Parts: sequence; structure tokens; C-alpha cells
Amino acid sequence: MDKVMTTPEPTGERIKKYLREGKRFDGRSLLDFRKITIEKNISKKSEGSVKVKIGKTEMVVGVKLDVSAPYADSPNKGNLMVTAEMLPLSSQRFEAGPPKFDAIELGRVTDRGIRESKFINLEKLCIKEGEKVWTVFVDIYSINDDGNLMDAATIGAVAALKIAKMPKYDEESGKVVYGELSENNIPLTESFPIAVSVHKIGESLIVDPTRQEEDLSECRVTLTNNKGEISSLQKSESKELDVEEMKNIFEISEEASKKILKKIEDNLK
Amino acid sequence: MERKVVIPGEVIVEGEDYLPGENTEKRDGKVVSLRYGLAEEQNNLVKVIALSGVYAPRRGNVVVGKIENITQNGWIVDIGCAESAFLSINEVPRYVNKDAMEEVFKIDDMVIAKIWSIGKRGIDLSIKSRGLGKISEGIIFKINPNTVPRVIGKEGSMIKIIKEGTGCNIDIAQNGFVVIEGENIGIEIFAKKVVDFITEKPFISGLTEKVTKFIEENKK
Amino acid sequence: MTEKFKRGDGRAIDELRQIEAKVGVVPNADGSAMYRSGDTIAIAAVYGPKKMHPQHQQDPSRGQLRCDYNMLSFSVSERIKPGKNRRAMEISEITKWALEPVLILDKYPNQVIDVFIDIIQADAGTRCAGINAASLALAHAGVPMKDMVSSIAVGKLDKTLVVDLTKEEEDFEEGEGPTDIPISMTHSGKITHMQLDGKISAEQLKDAVDLAKGACAKIYEIQKKALKDAVDFEGGK
Repeated sequence: MDKVMTTPEPTGERIKKYLREGKRFDGRSLLDFRKITIEKNISKKSEGSVKVKIGKTEMVVGVKLDVSAPYADSPNKGNLMVTAEMLPLSSQRFEAGPPKFDAIELGRVTDRGIRESKFINLEKLCIKEGEKVWTVFVDIYSINDDGNLMDAATIGAVAALKIAKMPKYDEESGKVVYGELSENNIPLTESFPIAVSVHKIGESLIVDPTRQEEDLSECRVTLTNNKGEISSLQKSESKELDVEEMKNIFEISEEASKKILKKIEDNLK
Repeated sequence: MERKVVIPGEVIVEGEDYLPGENTEKRDGKVVSLRYGLAEEQNNLVKVIALSGVYAPRRGNVVVGKIENITQNGWIVDIGCAESAFLSINEVPRYVNKDAMEEVFKIDDMVIAKIWSIGKRGIDLSIKSRGLGKISEGIIFKINPNTVPRVIGKEGSMIKIIKEGTGCNIDIAQNGFVVIEGENIGIEIFAKKVVDFITEKPFISGLTEKVTKFIEENKK
Repeated sequence: MTEKFKRGDGRAIDELRQIEAKVGVVPNADGSAMYRSGDTIAIAAVYGPKKMHPQHQQDPSRGQLRCDYNMLSFSVSERIKPGKNRRAMEISEITKWALEPVLILDKYPNQVIDVFIDIIQADAGTRCAGINAASLALAHAGVPMKDMVSSIAVGKLDKTLVVDLTKEEEDFEEGEGPTDIPISMTHSGKITHMQLDGKISAEQLKDAVDLAKGACAKIYEIQKKALKDAVDFEGGK
């Protein structure tokens, strides 16, 4: 493995001390996100794509659709597949080769947040019950990792799904006509899932860590919030949390998700 | 010849009078660049100053590194280049108990040291001079090592401006590490901002005046 | 080559698509670049020189170049399953062969330079776009190089030679059909990479090489500008 220098200890101690005073190196408060920007249609061959930036963190997300047989236990529903890759291009820390745990977790947590919030109306993706349904593929890639890929992934996935168009479908051959998009959006519900991870650094709780801060994170709790309802949660890393601390995390995450919702909506206008 | 940005393979100047210096070579009477950088000529010697690239260790350089491992008679130090460096117990200005090496340096400790030799066996470090040793306080961060001369300035002029303007003590290591220690974290972060200001546009004209102005305008 | 041949997008036979190049697109990397030709977009990032792992692959006489070409799943019409396929593995190696001749690696024993290329959007010519981005990223990373490498796909559509094929042209079916000839050259005119799929006479293939040379010269100018524009003097030249 490549050796990678993480945040040096004296710097880490100062970051923690500053956090205890309620301050961060880049001037943000503990519960502020960096600037979020979403660039639409960055890859035309997909049904919908975005580049999402949170500060210097950058990810690209693309949506593709295909037609296949439904799963036996859901004959009248389309399928959703979310995968994430931490490209070695985006950080010295990511190695080439089969996906490592971090990337698998990134994809799975994002998948659950979108799936459980019922963001996509999977019933409407049924073409013929028991025979043909649409599968929605959401593929997420990191381009530059400066912390908080986790939250960027859901923002990117949701944004890409919102702008994606259904491809044309030839009923006779039962095949997708690629390269030709219809006017129709992917059938979505009123849901708007947003993931906000809260990190415990020393005694402080923060959102949207930079890479330097994320190195110091002892515990991450990712909550996907859908307009006031929690649709998924993942506590990562071994560090234990007090019950009160965990309850506090629910509130912090919800507060932050409300603010981000507005930012994403503005970005998608 | 005027200073200019050149790319690999680009002809910098033609003429038998010119001699190829650092990062250049002579091809058919022309001096050609072997690296992306700034081409300069002085007394007919043409060289290219690199703008980018990983740190290349040199004897005498002061570097900052992280203790990677502890061996029988010293410490392996990561100084941010391909080769790990070695700090022998003989290069520590105090008696070291071999059974309690981590009392001097434990894994992940940061150290500022001097490269006293580079050989086939690797890079050897020493902390025997003044100002070297363990870094236990301060903000440590990395800048592009190619911008280090700009941050230090001619005969240390730039670093003096930052030190005086911020009141912080600042060490700039040749491998691109900067250590800033001040009265409080706020002023340390301010000093870091000044360094970042320089490394973002290290070749703009009138850099010294712009840095002085930046300090005045942003100082609380 | 005298007969008038109409290209789908109205370009002249030796006309490149609209090109855009930029360095520094991946802040984490030691060097990086984006290269776009029409609807084909490649980004490349360079890490190193750094110690080669695994150790048994180290070469004590010189540094090594490692290239990794990858297409994002949604960069083409039909989604590509994530993971390495044989095509990507071959192009990764081809890319290494295209670039290695210009690198000066003797000062980096036991070390490796990693080049990662990702195709964001594909409309033919992705290996060439990848090589152009990688050449830029290597220079941007400050790796010692004798020269730059520029890459172009020359095509033969029926009987006519054209440069910088689109996907539509690659799928051309009239007459003798399409022949795809990706070529990479140094600025000084050395060929570092060449491939061919299709049907062409040796005589016409010579013309194809000449056509590539002209196209690579134009690409070189764009690469040069991208690198020069990245240094800010604020008018203080």
C-alpha cells in the first residue's frame, strides 16, 4: 500500500482545540457546509448526469436505464442499482483494483437512503408485470476527495435522478433505443432524500469535514433525511457514543439537511 | 532572454553561445527544455525552474517528517518522498536509552531534521543542530515544495515579512512542510492564509508588495 | 483523396473537432489535465514518482510508468459494468507504450509514476483523448520529459482519409466501411503508438501517417497553451 501522510498530530490537536471553541480552520461554524455547486449534464451519453462539488470535494454521478425481467418478489416494480467507486485518480489514498470496503459502504448507504425514502416510484417503472421492468443504474465516482464523499454521493445521485430523462423504448423488440431520450422524467415521488453525516472529533460534533478534519473523525453517523423523516442511518467506525450524543446527532443532521435542501433546489433551478 | 513558461521538448533559445543548465539539454545548437517550468538565462546559462513535481531530497536540506517506525538504533521517517529517511540515535543530541526509544520519538510524531547524507543505503537525518527536533506545537501543513523559495524569499525577505506581519514563528522545510506557531490558533491560521496566498500565485509580479498589502488588509 | 467527401458534421477531412484542454483539474494529484475533443472527454491524474509497491516489481535501474485507463459506466450509450475489462487493460498498456518513450526515468530507481485516466464521456477517440490528457498531466506534474506526446485517430471512410473520427463515423457502413487508425506522436515527429482496424493499402496508410502528423501538430499547440495558461504572472511577464 502507498504510504499516505494523514493530518499531523500537532495540527490535529489544534483543530480539536479550535472546535471546542466552536471554530474551524476555514472559518466555518461546526454545523456549516462548504459551498455546494451542481453542474448538470456533464456526460451526454447518460440519461442524466451531474458534477457535484462541496468545497474542493468533487464527484460525478450518471444515471443509465435498461430493461430487464423483474425480481421474482417484486414482479410489478422496477429496480434500482446504486454503485460508488472511489477512483484512484481522485486521491493517493485510493488504490486501483477491486472496490474496497469504503467504496462499497458509500454505494450501499447512498442506495438505502434513496430506496427507503421511496424517492423513485418503482411501480411506475414496470413495463409488463412479471416480464419487463426498467432498471435504474446510478453510478457515482469520486474525482477529488477533500472529505465528505458520503454526503456528496447522495446529493449527486438525487440531483442526477431529478434531471434524468427516460430513454426511448421500442415495444416491438423490447429493447431500449439508446441515444434517444424521451421528454419524460424518471417517475419520482415527492420525496427529497438528503444525507448528512455527523462526525465526532474529540468532544465536538461537526458536519461536512474537510479531508484534514475527516482524518480525525472517530465516529461517523450518516442519516438520510427525507423532509423531516429519517429513511436511513449508518453508524460507522468502532467509537462508542452516549445516548444523548446520538440524539443530538439526529437533530444536527436534520437541521443541516434542511439548509442543504434549499441549496440543492437553488442549484437545480 | 526574457523569463518565460516552457513545456517539455520546447526550444528555449537557439545559438551556440548558450549553455544548457538545470532541466535543459542541447540539441542541434538549441537549448531545449526537459521539464514544464520557468526558463531563465543568466550569463548565457539557460535553466528551467520547475513549477511542480515531488520533492527531490538534497544534502543539507531541512525537512519535516513523520516517524513511521522504530528500529534497533533509530527511527524511520517519512519525509514525503519515495525514499524513507533514517534518523540514527547517534544523530540525536542526547543520550537515548535503547529500551525506551519512544520516549524520544514515538510512531506518528513529527520531526524537523536536516539531511546530512544521501547514499546508496538511503537518506540519513540529523537533529543535532539548533532548531531541530520534535515538533509538538503548531500548525503543520504541506505546500508545493517548488514554491518554497518564493515563500522564503531572497535571503529570507518574504518569510521575514510574514513573521513580522503575523507575529508567528514559521519554519519552512525544503520538502514543502510549513510549521507555524503563534500566540493563538487564530493568528496561526492567518499566517497560513498568507503562505497560501503566495503559493497560489507564486510568480505574479510585485509579490512582496502584494503580500504586505494582503497582511495589512486582512489583519484583525 | 481528391474526391469531395462530405462528413456528417461538415468538417473538412483534416479538421479536428472542437478541442478544449486544461491542467490542474484534480487538486489532489501531483499533476492533472482534462482533454476534450467534441463529445469525448478524458481526465488524467498523475501521482508520483513514488516508491513502487509491490516491492518485487521494483526496477533498481530506473523508474517505471503505470497507466490505468477506465471508462465511467455512463460514458457510453449502453452502460459498462464497473470493473476492468480486456479492452481497458489493453488500452492501459497501449497508453503506457505511447508515453514512456518521452519520459526521463533514470533518476527514479525503484519508483513508479501512476497515471489514471478516466473517460467521462465517449464519442470515439477515447484512447487518443486519454493519451493527450495523460501527456499534459505528466508535464503538469513536473515529470522530466524529452517531449510532449499528442494523439489522434485517423480514419478511412470508404476510400477517404479523415482525422478525429466521431462515433457516427466509426460506424460508417458505406463502400469499404470504416478503418480506424489511432496514432500518437512526439512533437519532434516520432511515432510512439499506432494501431489499425479495418482495410487499407500500405500506400494510403503512409498518407494516413502524414495526416496524423499534421493533426498532432495542432493538438500540440493546444496542449502547449493549456500548460502556459496555467501560470499566472498577472501581466508581469
